[in-house]
Amino acid sequence: MSEEWEPNIIVIACNWCTYQAADLAGSLRYSYPPTVKVVRVPCSGRVEPEFVLEALINGSDGVLIGGCHPGDCHYKEGNYKALRRFKLLHKLLTELGIEPERVRLEWIGGSEGLKFAEVMKEFDATIRKLGPNPLKR
Amino acid sequence: MPKIGVYICHCGENIAGAVNIEEVKKFVEKLPDVVVVRDYLFMCSDPGQEIIKEDIRKGLVDRVVVAACTPRTHEPIFRKACEDAGLNKYYFEMANIRDQCSWAHWHEKEKATEKAKQLIAAAVAKARLLEPLEDRYVELNKNVMVVGGGIAGIFAALDLANAGFKVYLVEKSPSIGGNMAKLDKTFPTNDCSACILTPLMVEVANHPNVELLTYSEVEAVEGTVGNFRVKVRKKQTYVDWEKCTGCGACLNVCPPKARVPDEFNEGLSLRGAIYIPFPQAVPKKAVIDPDACISCSGRWFGEEPRRTKDGKPILAPCEKVCPTGACSRDEPRDPNGELIELNVGSIIVATGYRVMDKKHFKEFAPDSPNVITALQMERLISATGPTEGKLIVPSDIPKYLEWKKKVEKGKEAKLEARKPHVITFVSCVGSRDERFHTYCSKVCCMYMLKQAMLLKEKYPDLDIYIFFIDVRTPGKDFDEYYMRCRKLGIKIIKGKVGGVQRLPDERLLVRGYDADLGKPVELISDIVVLATAIEPNTDLKDLARKLGINVGAEGFLRERHTKLYPVDTMTEGVFICGCAQGPKDIPDSVAQAKAAASSAMSLLAPGKMRVEPLISEVNPEKCTGCGICAPLCPYGAIEYVEVDGKRRAKINEAICKGCGVCTAACPSKAITLHGFTYEQVLAQIKTIARKGVIEEV
Repeated sequence: MSEEWEPNIIVIACNWCTYQAADLAGSLRYSYPPTVKVVRVPCSGRVEPEFVLEALINGSDGVLIGGCHPGDCHYKEGNYKALRRFKLLHKLLTELGIEPERVRLEWIGGSEGLKFAEVMKEFDATIRKLGPNPLKR
Repeated sequence: MPKIGVYICHCGENIAGAVNIEEVKKFVEKLPDVVVVRDYLFMCSDPGQEIIKEDIRKGLVDRVVVAACTPRTHEPIFRKACEDAGLNKYYFEMANIRDQCSWAHWHEKEKATEKAKQLIAAAVAKARLLEPLEDRYVELNKNVMVVGGGIAGIFAALDLANAGFKVYLVEKSPSIGGNMAKLDKTFPTNDCSACILTPLMVEVANHPNVELLTYSEVEAVEGTVGNFRVKVRKKQTYVDWEKCTGCGACLNVCPPKARVPDEFNEGLSLRGAIYIPFPQAVPKKAVIDPDACISCSGRWFGEEPRRTKDGKPILAPCEKVCPTGACSRDEPRDPNGELIELNVGSIIVATGYRVMDKKHFKEFAPDSPNVITALQMERLISATGPTEGKLIVPSDIPKYLEWKKKVEKGKEAKLEARKPHVITFVSCVGSRDERFHTYCSKVCCMYMLKQAMLLKEKYPDLDIYIFFIDVRTPGKDFDEYYMRCRKLGIKIIKGKVGGVQRLPDERLLVRGYDADLGKPVELISDIVVLATAIEPNTDLKDLARKLGINVGAEGFLRERHTKLYPVDTMTEGVFICGCAQGPKDIPDSVAQAKAAASSAMSLLAPGKMRVEPLISEVNPEKCTGCGICAPLCPYGAIEYVEVDGKRRAKINEAICKGCGVCTAACPSKAITLHGFTYEQVLAQIKTIARKGVIEEV
């Protein structure tokens, strides 16, 4: 690649918490790396492991699933389902030889705009340290 | 082939200031199936919407992508525009290039432009796979529950009841009235709080459409807009309210050992274990505080009474004195009270506030009885307060009460309570203070001025000092009120109080800073009044969780949108008003309460409601009846039915909320979540992963 490598990060965000937090971060002008791009789903429980794997296969360097804090799920318990799937997915990634740090689950509430920005900065830094996704190399 | 129109909003400078619109347009024009790309200053404005409608009407486009702010606020607006122009409104998708792009990356314009391209490409990728959907309708229950019986809750309940809606007014204390009942007079008119509040309390309690549930708390909430099922716990009163007439005979006989600080008087006096919160309580019924009652007769409810030598039962004094038998201890009583279930279509939360305790402020000598909160000052000057409004230093209230007891018994007695000569007010105690709350409690400036004015008008010889950081008196007739105070000779000092020292004679040494003089000042004060911050109630978070609504970082309830949806919440059908939403005065609380009531009315009045069809559906051809999905559904919406002799999952569309948990779990991909299908979400993800390159399908 001629140009300098920049991470490509996908956030799959629950509509009720993390997506709101992302909006709030913007409206409060908390900046975070533009490498981060959000895809909206109703609930973190909607996230299929394939979504994460396909993101990686197609060239994304990091995927973050954002849901409501435990106990705060708009659909009562979708975030717990996400947590269970995420743990299995992490095991699978390790076996596939992909650094599990590339895939992260975070609880970011609707009022946590600052936290959204902070987590994104940190995740971007983590991915930069890891370098490009090995599936893409 | 779909014909996609992409409409890019400048949002004035909000988007165009960071995103190069022309460059984005050139990129988007080349995306597959995109036939039209247009941009406009404000896409959501009438002419902006007309651009979209025109293209639809002309048959140029049959899918619409708007790249603008956030779908959370503007998706419904653009969907409506599509529908008005004759397009199925679910042929619409939005790309969030303001809140999540230009605003967040304002100083990285090139990268923001690049990101906007990718976000729009993802929306286009999804738009290619959109399907037309039809709205559903659900029946709405027309009852409303109002939680909190303060001034906001009372007004919300009254407005709804007058419009013909059945209202359940749930209040956790034994009486409605809330904090306003504790106030002496109210700014800026100085009308007596009780005089304007108590008639409303009576009106709401007697309204044929209102069912009053005092001494009750919300335990659990299930269901959704139009059909909430609420469990309310009616706490145990230990007094038979059917029989209690509120005569008050029991109040005075409760023994001194069972006396605890009186909540209504903010701890300035004591009440018995059996009590009526205040003389104007509605309903005027006694309750027994089980933590305070010492069972002085030696028996609890339902236990056999002790007997005298000649076999007569020994009754508790309250039991003995009660003329109607309401206080009888013969029957056992369930300490958990009674759980009742309500079915309502909408819920209004008006649970109010509490004031911060003075104990947090060690620098202001909180141990001194003469350092009081402003709410305690209200009680001290109120005619229904511990001293009937006679101004004495709080440390002498016990002397006053003793004197009063003697006089009531017809004895000769002389009152030896000290009258204050100097009163000092301290503003912003816990508000605008990084250690506690960064927000302004909004009402303190005005109520300090009010208390000072009332005191000065009644006792012109009093020396009154108010230490302000800033005097904040915006509001109708408020600044005029402030000027009146100044003319009365109340000394306004711009500066902070650094500390208060308790002197041996129970007076107080106040050390402060006068910014106008530019030097420290000291004064000896008889009473120091702390304008402590307004805080959310301790159990507000818990209630918010039950209702699925958010609290902000400061602990108050969060509205859906600060400006446009100020009394709505993220849970449809749940509205908020009064100080539970944030500190505010009575006029603002009432205005918000009326807004919440009218929002509930306009929601419920049609009797049915349109709901988005963004729910899950099973394809029986693909379903294998494996049984994974049903136990995962948080709502129990999935059951198994026979289809052509085979077991198949079926989703009850009246119950499904569209979370997609089942869809994600189905191993056969037999379940589709409309609006967020596997193919649609995947297309978005892949497009972003490929940096804006849409995969050919």
